Amino acid sequence: MSTSTETIEQLASREYKYGFVTDIEQESVPRGINEDIVRLISAKKQEPQWLLDWRLTAYRVWLTMKEPTWANVTYGPIDYQNTFYYSAPKKKPTLQSLDEVDPEVRRTFEKLGIPLDEQKLLSGVAVDAVFDSVSVATTFKEKLAELGIIFCSFSDAVRHHPELVRKYLGTVVPYSDNFFATLNSAVFTDGSFAYIPKGVRCPMELSTYFRINAKETGQFERTLIIADEGSYVSYLEGCTAPMRDEHQLHAAVVELVALDNATIKYSTVQNWYPGDKEGKGGIYNFVTKRGKCQGVNSKITWTQVETGSAITWKYPGCILQGDNSIGEFYSVATTNNRQQADTGTKMIHLGKNTKSTIVSKGISAGHGQNTYRGLVKIAKGARGAHNYSQCDSLLIGDRCGAHTFPYLEIKNSTARVEHEASTSKIGEDQIFYCRQRGLSAEDAVNIIVSGFCREVFRHLPMEFAVEAQKLLSISLEGSVG
Amino acid sequence: MLRVKNLHARVAGRDILRGIDLSLDAGQVHAIMGPNGSGKSTLARVLAGHPEYEVTAGEVLYEGEDLLAMDPEMRARAGVFMAFQYPVEIPGVNNAYFLKAAMNTIRKHRGEEELDAMEFMTLVRGRMQELDMDETLLNRPVNEGFSGGEKKRNEIFQMAVLEPKLGILDETDSGLDIDALKIVAKGVTAMRRADRAFLLVTHYQRLLDYIVPDVVHVLADGRIVRSGGKELALELEDRGYGWLEAPVG
Repeated sequence: MSTSTETIEQLASREYKYGFVTDIEQESVPRGINEDIVRLISAKKQEPQWLLDWRLTAYRVWLTMKEPTWANVTYGPIDYQNTFYYSAPKKKPTLQSLDEVDPEVRRTFEKLGIPLDEQKLLSGVAVDAVFDSVSVATTFKEKLAELGIIFCSFSDAVRHHPELVRKYLGTVVPYSDNFFATLNSAVFTDGSFAYIPKGVRCPMELSTYFRINAKETGQFERTLIIADEGSYVSYLEGCTAPMRDEHQLHAAVVELVALDNATIKYSTVQNWYPGDKEGKGGIYNFVTKRGKCQGVNSKITWTQVETGSAITWKYPGCILQGDNSIGEFYSVATTNNRQQADTGTKMIHLGKNTKSTIVSKGISAGHGQNTYRGLVKIAKGARGAHNYSQCDSLLIGDRCGAHTFPYLEIKNSTARVEHEASTSKIGEDQIFYCRQRGLSAEDAVNIIVSGFCREVFRHLPMEFAVEAQKLLSISLEGSVG
Repeated sequence: MLRVKNLHARVAGRDILRGIDLSLDAGQVHAIMGPNGSGKSTLARVLAGHPEYEVTAGEVLYEGEDLLAMDPEMRARAGVFMAFQYPVEIPGVNNAYFLKAAMNTIRKHRGEEELDAMEFMTLVRGRMQELDMDETLLNRPVNEGFSGGEKKRNEIFQMAVLEPKLGILDETDSGLDIDALKIVAKGVTAMRRADRAFLLVTHYQRLLDYIVPDVVHVLADGRIVRSGGKELALELEDRGYGWLEAPVG
């Protein structure tokens, strides 16, 4: 018995591999937030007036808002005036080619397994690399441009495609949406932008890799993806941060827009620094992600594997506006040691015959607290809407917790809504069974956890599924036969 | 192959085994019979190393090694296989994947090369045919949604693939209809070899019609109260366990 308990504890106390700091000259704006800081950030990015005005409006709204307290997480007060809102490696802001990326930054990404060299990259993946507040490189830009696909940093998009940014920015997550999204709207720095033109199937995975490096700096990135009629895109997002004793704030916004017959798959492997065993340090990951299925027959799929962060507060949702549109949410969230996660989704059914699927898998170990919070809302006009939700929790050890808060708001009598939930513990019997077949206790836990997550992992693109399984330290479940 | 000496064991604070002595040679099949609560399954689980069972006295030598000092997985890798009375479900884990992982772990331990997916499937398909098993079971999660009979057959199938030196069957016959029982028995009989031994834990004589044991031991109250040839099983069938309650000899 002791052996498997030990294994469980080892698994739960695994060291964070990405905790190094890159020593690089940084350029940042003074600590704290006020209108001048907002203007300064906007000026540094040479933004047009309309965008500055948008930021300032958001900032003024933010001043009237209160930090939300309804989430099932506890943390000390955040001093918003003691945070840096902008930090960038000191180099020229626009690069003519990938060769101009600062060697230190390049090495950082290589250490993280993200080479910025197109030859070395997985041929099927285009990468936008964001280091603290700025995008430092985007690969395969030209190749994608041949198909009319725009994939660049948010700042580049503001410069080169202002009409698209202006048309869609804030249409899914308005600047007044919530405390963290509104803060982001005021001070967001960089992020990725993608536009897939009509009828184009994006031939490679688009990917953004976020790295927080600077101390006491918040990362406020903003991502906007637009899939025009009949197009398809699969987008991946990964993130890491150094180990630091103080908490760092990450308040991102992601907006997706799918027009008629378009499909967007958005996958995240979130591995921000989770803090140490006692809960010292770690990222506060307070993120607003939302997609709008604006057109008929459109589809948005969120797949997330959340293993990092001290606190995760995140509800990637779908607004199902177009008739027959489909929203999906597949999630694995793990909490170890003192990590807390309050995560789930919102499915807002507005159009007729809209369909949503929610599969949430929470794994708690150590003293981890894991909460699923989900809203399924079926509006009056949404005839024939259908939702299926499944929330499963797996407990490892006996000091962790799992909680489920499903909310339903149904205003149309033709709706069909199904909800299933389960909570299980990794049983000593399961571990013994595996060991009797020759597997070590550690492999046994890995195999059991991988089985538990299988339904979610199979929605990840191949390369990410591998990374995700590694992250959960699971031996790959190869397909046989 | 297996020498059990004065084995005492307890579970949840209750003494169950009170001095078991047993000697099982390679090539032999021994049956362990006895009424409910006599300690048959406890013996099987102690030999496999179940963590809930505590050995309080005695020793077990397996091929001359101290079996009780080995972790359960080391026993398995050394060739000890237990077919579970209640096979455990592992949701989401593909049956074939699980078995391949187990087999390659054992092969690696023996210094043999790991099998790739093709070699593994060839091996597995043959075994499945022998046991008249539906191939779709391979792609289902381990034991999840299996009928009672399918679970038991899956245990024997795993044993046939992993090819242990010592097979311990913990009431594999219980809950099987006669056709399934015959298939299981056929599978075990086909595996009998001069360098392999079996310990069959069973409540009923029925299984022994199909797998003929060399020795039958009767357990009562944590001790072996009688050992004999296969006739002993028939006698038990006729007379029940009552006449054996007092230790003999």
